[in-house]
Order: sequence, then structure tokens, then C-alpha cells
Amino acid sequence: MSGVEIPVRVTEIEQATPTIRRFRLARTDGGTLPPFAAGSHVVVLMPADGRTIRNAYSLVDRAEDGSSYRIGVLRTQESRGGSRFMHENVVVGSELRITMPVNLFPLFLPGRRHLLVAGGIGITPIYAMAEALRRTGADYQIHYAVRGEAHGAFITELRERHGDRLRLYRNDRQEILAMSDILPNQPLGTHLYVCGPAGMIEAVLEEGRAAGWPAENLHSERFQAPPSGNPFSVRLARAGITCEVRCDQSLLEALEAAGVDAPFLCRGGACGQCAVDVCEADGELIHNDHYLTPAERAAGKKIMLCVSRLAGRELVLDL
Amino acid sequence: MTLHFKKESFRDDFTFSNSREAIRRFPFPFEKDEYMYSVNIEQHMPGPAKSPFEFPIDIDEHYVAEMHDRALVLKEDPGRCQSLPHMITAEWDLVELLMESMAKHYPEHFQLTRDGDAWHWINRPLGIDQRFTFGDTATLPHPPMEYITRQCQGDFALLDQRLGNLWMDSGMITGQADWSLDFDIGMNFMEWHAPVPLAKDMGVFERALKFLLNLQQGRPVRRLNWTMTINPRLDTSPENYDKWGRDRTTVTPENVGDKVHLRVELQAMWRLPRSNAIVFSIRAYMISMNELVTVPKWARRFHRVLRDVRGELAEYKGLSRYRDTTVAWLARYDDGAPTSPGFAPD
Ligand SMILES: Cc1cc2nc3c(=O)[nH]c(=O)nc-3n(C[C@H](O)[C@H](O)[C@H](O)COP(=O)(O)OP(=O)(O)OC[C@H]3O[C@@H](n4cnc5c(N)ncnc54)[C@H](O)[C@@H]3O)c2cc1C
Ligand code: HEM
Ligand code: FES
Repeated sequence: MSGVEIPVRVTEIEQATPTIRRFRLARTDGGTLPPFAAGSHVVVLMPADGRTIRNAYSLVDRAEDGSSYRIGVLRTQESRGGSRFMHENVVVGSELRITMPVNLFPLFLPGRRHLLVAGGIGITPIYAMAEALRRTGADYQIHYAVRGEAHGAFITELRERHGDRLRLYRNDRQEILAMSDILPNQPLGTHLYVCGPAGMIEAVLEEGRAAGWPAENLHSERFQAPPSGNPFSVRLARAGITCEVRCDQSLLEALEAAGVDAPFLCRGGACGQCAVDVCEADGELIHNDHYLTPAERAAGKKIMLCVSRLAGRELVLDL
Repeated sequence: MTLHFKKESFRDDFTFSNSREAIRRFPFPFEKDEYMYSVNIEQHMPGPAKSPFEFPIDIDEHYVAEMHDRALVLKEDPGRCQSLPHMITAEWDLVELLMESMAKHYPEHFQLTRDGDAWHWINRPLGIDQRFTFGDTATLPHPPMEYITRQCQGDFALLDQRLGNLWMDSGMITGQADWSLDFDIGMNFMEWHAPVPLAKDMGVFERALKFLLNLQQGRPVRRLNWTMTINPRLDTSPENYDKWGRDRTTVTPENVGDKVHLRVELQAMWRLPRSNAIVFSIRAYMISMNELVTVPKWARRFHRVLRDVRGELAEYKGLSRYRDTTVAWLARYDDGAPTSPGFAPD
């Protein structure tokens, strides 16, 4: 269900900022990695002790000769393991596996102009999008908010490639990325893409809508990790399996730990691949995804394994 | 695999026919004695040797003649090949997919050498030897999609994915069953499927679209579709209706075997890597009723399918005028014996 997996080796690690590391991944068999469309991510499978951690990471770029990809990983404060593993356990020569690229944050190719807005680690897909736009000679601008010069893992490279199409906003200098400066006077057919902290994404989308932009011209990607909650148990009606979901585990992770090959693509509540029918739930479904419609949530007939949970004792799924 | 390419025509004197081997490998689309629309999508996995599913791109004995027919269509009507400017990356993705697949599986006929962006393509059956720079349109005699699809059997549509839908923004459509790229270009999945009866109410298109939006690189899928054609004509386009529409009135009990053809489309879908577009290939196979009845199971089964197919469906597929005559003709080959499950001949 999880699709094609590619064994890779880490060939280079860069401490790009105090909290972000960039990793270069090459196929262990020396072959070429598939080209990808800007905005794509892969799921990195990490062999932690006794379990496999699976986290999505956006692809920054692919070497000209196709031999490697780069990803950028932020060390999150309350990591349950994934980003900590990448920062503490992964060294040059480490072997990992990745899935084929998946794109849930594509460029709107027929767009007349493209405004790329990034905050912090949100630069990873935006970096790839800017490069694709540069190559096709499109009209684009990059607005990139960072804590300070030392935090801009990508600043030097972006400046080199994009010159004054790049606008930098340094928090340490009280430079504010104000949408009110960016949104007005854009030509019809302009598309805006935002990636960064959840609060920033919400604010940008909200201002866009308030300024009268059609929802179809506003694009975003949330780097959502499965949020924690209270433990509960899950029973698979067809497979006849019951297992516990710990508070620091997602439903999907618990099923995988129990040996179930459950469907997934993004593991971030965006793609819809992991939707499963609910047979019974003796509690409230906590929907954390961005996929189900409000009506579908209210109906309580479906749940997204990767990010949603039960606040209750037992969930019975049609699996 | 060394193929022998036939010299034949799909118009005027209609010399097209299938060899014995081509009949055996025909992708007969009915696994049961009845037919109704469904979300019939499966993994496009390599199938049995010599079958049309053996390789992702199937080249057969009709290759050279079909490419000649495509050239004739394009000469009269260049609008059969169209591409919106934002599809250029998808066009190059298609060049890679088709050249790689053809060269890998038919090395006697096609050869691809890559050195970075410097590519060298040899197509022996069509006598082409081309060096070009991958990604640089100026180095090819035609735009990339047109260039490669003039050399590959089947029609092709390139679908851009945006706003949770697929948009037909590019295509090479010269052998279609009565639909028009010129009309459909720029439409989305629901819009271009609007003329299809029944399927929409069954939720077929909603589910198929949801599935395709998540189509993954490296995991292509396929489905079979079918219709019928009078005379082995590839180009049954609305643009040319005056040429083939009246053929439907020429079917008599005496000429059914020769004139009436079952036309099966092997439709495969791939996610393209650089563009995130989807390519939809429509590879058509035709078989005359005389050829079909050489396989007793197919004769029995097709008789039953055609006899019982819903009226709306027969009307949409344009079968109504010659359906009864054909069913009566096929009845001679149906002794009422049960048929085995599955597509394959017994
Ligand atoms: C499509 C996609 C692309 C991504 N691309 C990147 C990328 O390029 N670079 C990158 O660094 N990361 C990226 N991520 C995020 C990444 O996949 C991981 O989620 C991240 O690295 C954290 O993983 P972890 O295992 O360390 O932490 P986890 O333990 O899985 O998650 C901990 C994080 O979740 C937060 N959290 C905990 N509880 C809640 C709650 N109830 N509600 C909301 N938040 C909560 C914590 O604050 C903490 O930041 C991407 C995610 C997606 C879905
Ligand atoms: C994305 C790729 C696809 C493209 C480009 C495509 C295109 C088309 C077109 C142009 C038609 C003719 C409509 C007309 O009469 O004008 C058609 C018919 C149809 N399509 Fe699709 N299609 C695609 C995928 C699918 C899928 C995945 C299904 C799955 C069930 C499907 C089911 C059908 C059916 C049932 C018909 C009617 C065919 C008949 O009865 O002959 N299509 N399609
Ligand atoms: S895996 Fe994508 S929504 Fe759950």
C-alpha cells in the first residue's frame, strides 16, 4: 500500500541554521533518483530502535545528474522521535529509505504571476518552486521570513539564483512580512503559495481572502505532524485485530506497529489516501486532517488514520 | 522481440487485418457475458508474454501503418494535436516515458542513448535518427509531444492537475471514437465526461477522479473501454463525421463479418515526474467479426454482451443502427454453452 520504496544513503549533512540540517540523499545502488515536480515531498523511513519512524519531508532539489536529493529538517522542540532522529542519529553514510515523490503542493502552472511566501522551514518546497519558475521564465516573487541572517539556511543560495526577486524579512531587525504590502495591485491570475508555521499560514490565507482573492488562487502546505492525545484502543472489524494507540502514537503508527499494511501517502492529513470507514466509536472523533469536508466530519463515518484520533475508549474500523 | 510490420490502410480500401497472432493477443474486454460501466481501474503491471499488457507501451504489427495514418490526419487537420503553453514540461516527461519504454522493450527497433541532456534516438521502422537536447524544443523538428507521438501507437492526452481536478490541456488525438480534442481542450474531468450516460449517476467519475488525483509515480494504472466501428477506420472523429457516419447504414447480413469491428481501447495512466501531470494513453485495437469468431468463447460471449447491453449505452456508443443485424449474425456462433470466467480464449 505504501508504494515503491527507494533505499538511500546520506552523502552530506550541513548544519544550515542552529535548528535546521540539510541532508543529501543518494541511492544506495548508485542509480538515479526520479525527477520530481516542485512542491513534492517524500516520506523518509527511519530505522529507530525497534520501530520505523515515517515523516514527510519536502524535496529541496535534485542534483543535475539525478544522483541525489536534498531535504531540510527542522529539529522540533517536542519531537517524538523523527526530527530528533534525523539530527542526532543520522550521520554521513547512514542508510534510510524514502518513498517516491508525491506532490500535494503543486504550482498552478497557467498562473500569470506567482507569489511564494515562506516562513522558517517552510522554505523547503518554496525553494523548489522558485527554481522551477526561474527555469521556465515565469513571473514570480519570493517573500521569505527568517529569525535572522544565521537562520536563513537558504538565503545565500536563493540570492544567487533569484537576485531581487527575493525579499527577505528578518525578525531580529523587526522587518515584518506584511501581506498588506504584497497583496494589492497584483495582476488578475496571480497565485499565492504559502508554507511555514501554522499561525503564519492561517494569517496569510485569511488576509488573502479578506482582500478578495478567490480561494483557488491561494495555496498552502502545512507541515503537520500527527498531534498527540489520549490513548485509546482500535479494533479492525474485518482483520479481527485489536491494538492500543498510545498517546504519543498516531492511529496509523499503531496499526503499522501491529503489522497492518495500512494505506497512506502524506501522513499529514492532506492527501486523503488513509481515509477509513468507521464502524463504531464510543467517543468523539478528533478530526485533525485537512481533507474531509465539514459534512463528512459531522457524519462521523470516516476517519483519517494519519492524524486523527478518538477521545474515548474504543474505535472500530472497517479494515 | 522482432516484429513484422504490415502494409495496410485504415481508410479508402481498408486493407487492415489481423494476423493469427494478433487475433490471439487481442485484448478482449469482457470477463463476463454482460457489460456495464464500472470503475474498472487496475495496476498497469506487466502481463503475460506476447499479450498487449506485456510491456507498458505496446507496439504491434500495425505500428508503421498506424503512424502513416496519423500523419495523413495531421496533414489535413493539424488541430488534432494541441498543447497549451504550460504543458511543455509534461511534453518532455512524455518524451522520456515513451522513448525509454520503447527502447527498453523493443531494442531491435528503437534505441535511446542518453548523455546528460544530449539524447540520441533511433527509430528503425520509421527510419529516424535524431540527436537532440532534452528540454530544448528548438532541437526537435516538432514540439516534444507531437514529435514522440508521431512515433508511438495510440492517442495521448496530457492532463494538468490543479484545484483538485484534471484538465485536458494537451493531446495528440487522431484515432478517436467520436470525441474531439479541439472541443475538450481546457475542460476538466467532469466536463469532458459529461456526455457519458448512466456512469455519472453510478458515481463512477467521482471515484475515478479521486483515485487519479492520488496516482503515484511509478505505479501506473489501466482500464479497458470498448466500442464498435464500421470498417477498420481509426479516425472516427466528429470532425470527419461526414466520412464515416454513413458507413453505419451500410451493414447487411452478408457483410457483417467483414465490416463490423469490435474496437477496444487499452487506456493507461501514468503520473509524470517533472510536471506532476498525468498522461492518458488510448491504444485502440480493432478486430473484425470474422476474426473474432475464430475464438469460440469470444463469439459466444460477445453475442450475449451485444444483445443485452443497455439501450442508453448502445445509443451513446453509436451501435443502434447495426446492432440487431450484428447480433443476428453472431447468434450463429452461440450454441448457448456456458462460457468460462475471465478474458482469455479457452
Ligand atoms: C507534506 C509535508 C511536508 C513536510 N516537509 C517538511 C520539511 O521539509 N522539513 C521539515 O522539517 N518538516 C517537514 N514536515 C514535517 C515533518 O514531517 C515532521 O512532522 C516533523 O519533522 C516533526 O516530526 P517529529 O517526528 O520530530 O515530531 P513529532 O513528534 O511527530 O511531532 C512533534 C511536533 O508536533 C507538534 N505537536 C504536538 N502535539 C500537537 C498538537 N496537538 N497539535 C499540533 N501540533 C502538535 C509539536 O509542537 C512538534 O512540533 C512536513 C510534513 C508534511 C505533512
Ligand atoms: C484522466 C484520464 C481520462 C481521460 C482523458 C478520459 C477521456 C474520455 C473521453 C474524451 C471520453 C468521451 C466522452 C465523450 O463522449 O465526449 C470518455 C468516455 C468515458 N470515460 Fe473517460 N477518460 C479518462 C479517465 C477515465 C477513467 C479513469 C474512467 C473510469 C471509470 C473513465 C470512464 C469513462 C467511460 C465509462 C466513458 C464512456 C465510454 C464509452 O461508453 O464508450 N474515464 N473518457
Ligand atoms: S496519509 Fe495523507 S491524509 Fe492521511
